[in-house]
Amino acid sequence: MKPIIQVKNVGKKYDIKHYQGKYVALRDVIMTILQSPFKFMYKKAKVITGRETKEEFWALKDISFDVMAGEVIGIIGRNGAGKSTLLKILTGITPPSSGEIRMYGHVASLLEVGTGFHPELTGRENMFLNGAILGMKKKDISEKFDQIVEFAGIEKFIDTPVKYYSSGMYVRLAFSVAAHMEPDILLVDEVLAVGDAEFQKKCLGKMEEVTRKQGRTILFVSHNMAAIQSLCKKCILIEKGKIKMIGNTDEIVNQYLNSNVIDNIKKKWPVEKRPGNDIVSLISTRLISHEGETLSYVYSNKEVGVEIVYEVKKSGYLPIPNIHIFTNKGDYAFISHADYNPDLDNLGIHKSVAWIPENILNNGTYIIGIAISTMMPLQVHLYEHEAIIFQVIEDINSVKKFDYNQRIPGILRPKLKWDLE
Amino acid sequence: MEKNQTQLPITIIRPKKTFSLNDFREIWNYRELLYFFTWRDLKVRYKQTFIGAAWAILQPFITMVVFTVFFGKLAQMPSDGVPYPIFVYVGLLFWQFFSSALSETSNTLIANQSIITKVYFPRLILPLSAVLTKFVDFLIASFILIGLMFYYGYTPHLLGFLLIPILLIITFMASVGSGLCLASINVKYRDVRYALPFFIQILLFITPVIYPASIAGKYSWVLALNPMTGVIQSARAALLGTTPINWLLLFISFLVCLAILSIGIFYFKKVERYFADIL
Repeated sequence: MKPIIQVKNVGKKYDIKHYQGKYVALRDVIMTILQSPFKFMYKKAKVITGRETKEEFWALKDISFDVMAGEVIGIIGRNGAGKSTLLKILTGITPPSSGEIRMYGHVASLLEVGTGFHPELTGRENMFLNGAILGMKKKDISEKFDQIVEFAGIEKFIDTPVKYYSSGMYVRLAFSVAAHMEPDILLVDEVLAVGDAEFQKKCLGKMEEVTRKQGRTILFVSHNMAAIQSLCKKCILIEKGKIKMIGNTDEIVNQYLNSNVIDNIKKKWPVEKRPGNDIVSLISTRLISHEGETLSYVYSNKEVGVEIVYEVKKSGYLPIPNIHIFTNKGDYAFISHADYNPDLDNLGIHKSVAWIPENILNNGTYIIGIAISTMMPLQVHLYEHEAIIFQVIEDINSVKKFDYNQRIPGILRPKLKWDLE
Repeated sequence: MEKNQTQLPITIIRPKKTFSLNDFREIWNYRELLYFFTWRDLKVRYKQTFIGAAWAILQPFITMVVFTVFFGKLAQMPSDGVPYPIFVYVGLLFWQFFSSALSETSNTLIANQSIITKVYFPRLILPLSAVLTKFVDFLIASFILIGLMFYYGYTPHLLGFLLIPILLIITFMASVGSGLCLASINVKYRDVRYALPFFIQILLFITPVIYPASIAGKYSWVLALNPMTGVIQSARAALLGTTPINWLLLFISFLVCLAILSIGIFYFKKVERYFADIL
């Protein structure tokens, strides 16, 4: 049997100017030409004759892989590794600069839920519009209308303009439309990061159901390792625009997380790349010991601090730092936020440390997401999903496991007080 | 649900060449989306403005009244022997279709950038739907013309009626063609859109909307290069019998529009592949 998707030597080249998202003003171009017409022509001529190359770089290079019908493949890699570019090429949004892709069957893509939703239109109207944008036929949408509305659970509001929807309702309707597409090949980006946890579960369930029962082929780009591990048997790891590894999901996920451990202990963002908005921006994060040194790993029987250095640039929002701890499978371990304190609203640089007590974390890899948000009204100023990735190891001398020499299961491993008689 | 693989449609993605006839077939395959985009624009506009669809009628009507007062009455503008209101309204009807389609088309890519960067569809659909939206406005505004013709007692002859679709096709080609060029430039140079309203306003005065083309005397051939001259002249000739229909002028307009449309499509297809990268 032939593969359903064949990707051969695909590459994508960007003009640096375009990539940085700077756009040119015609006014400036005209001024340059008028001020120094000969210099401009000379430069152009050089580029045309090939003596001077434009500033270009390859965001993707030599990507080749095959996918068989019914396979569900995860694509993972760090931010900027090129996985989203690859998905954009597969969906046809942007053409490749080299190579060729062949896909057999109806292809649908889902880079975002609710693409094209218009706030003035009602739920019903948006369903049809969004469906058409996703490539569904009007007839199909009409047939599945009741199913879609029921799945979203918004029967009562279907004729209300979506600008009056809560964000939860909005996402549910949007996802519900997408979940009822029936393509042979589905290309999905990080869309499951939206919505409440319960609905996320429902979506994952729907996707699993779809792949198992109908044998659909799915390419799935995600940061959610739990989703990747529960949906995909095979994974592709992309690093710096190239395929680093293809193989069994567990193996690839571990490889990915481990390769990230080394340089994810301390992060310091250059000024122009700091996560955040005009109210708060994140400067650096790291793990520290009680003595204040940067840690690269953590002993499970030692207290560890998550240090967050950030700047408050506008007062009146009372931004509160909070940490979100996940296992390497993407399961939420817990959340903790700083207590309410009016000083948090002061302008300038703040340093907060959240102390995770000893004997709470299990041994293994954990991921810390760092967010800074205003609580009333809720506004998330920044959320750095993988701010810190670290390993917790056991101090062999202090733990008695007797003959049990495997990892003790569980997301957490708190030391409880036992009353014994 | 096993499907034979050879029966499945095949998608091939390669580095983009400029333009092929397949592009037209693709647009045909996406006709439902074209319908939905047009439907969305009409629906949203009529929901947002308080007076809704009446706007499409009031705007040209009020413009006609103002022009009649200032140009017809005060400036005593000649109007080829027909009452000035109906003379200027025929011009305005076609002019507004052209100018609003042009400005809408050139903004459509930026207005829909969140969709362009997330989903693939033939990008030509967007400018096409922008023009279709304006065509609906044209149809609505035509009712005023019918009323005016009735009021002033004009009955167009059969040939006049047959000519209207041809005039609409030429207007369509002119607005899509120049709209495509401007839309593509607009994506790359974001300052162009600020100059556009001014540019369109100037264009109004070098088009015989408020005055007859005969006013230019022996220089009227200059006006002929502007394709809307031929359209508006012929519309007046066909509906009001102002002058005999100038077939040569109309033919020139057609050729000019064909050229504009070809350049527009060619340029649009050439830069289309970068849209998602630079938007």
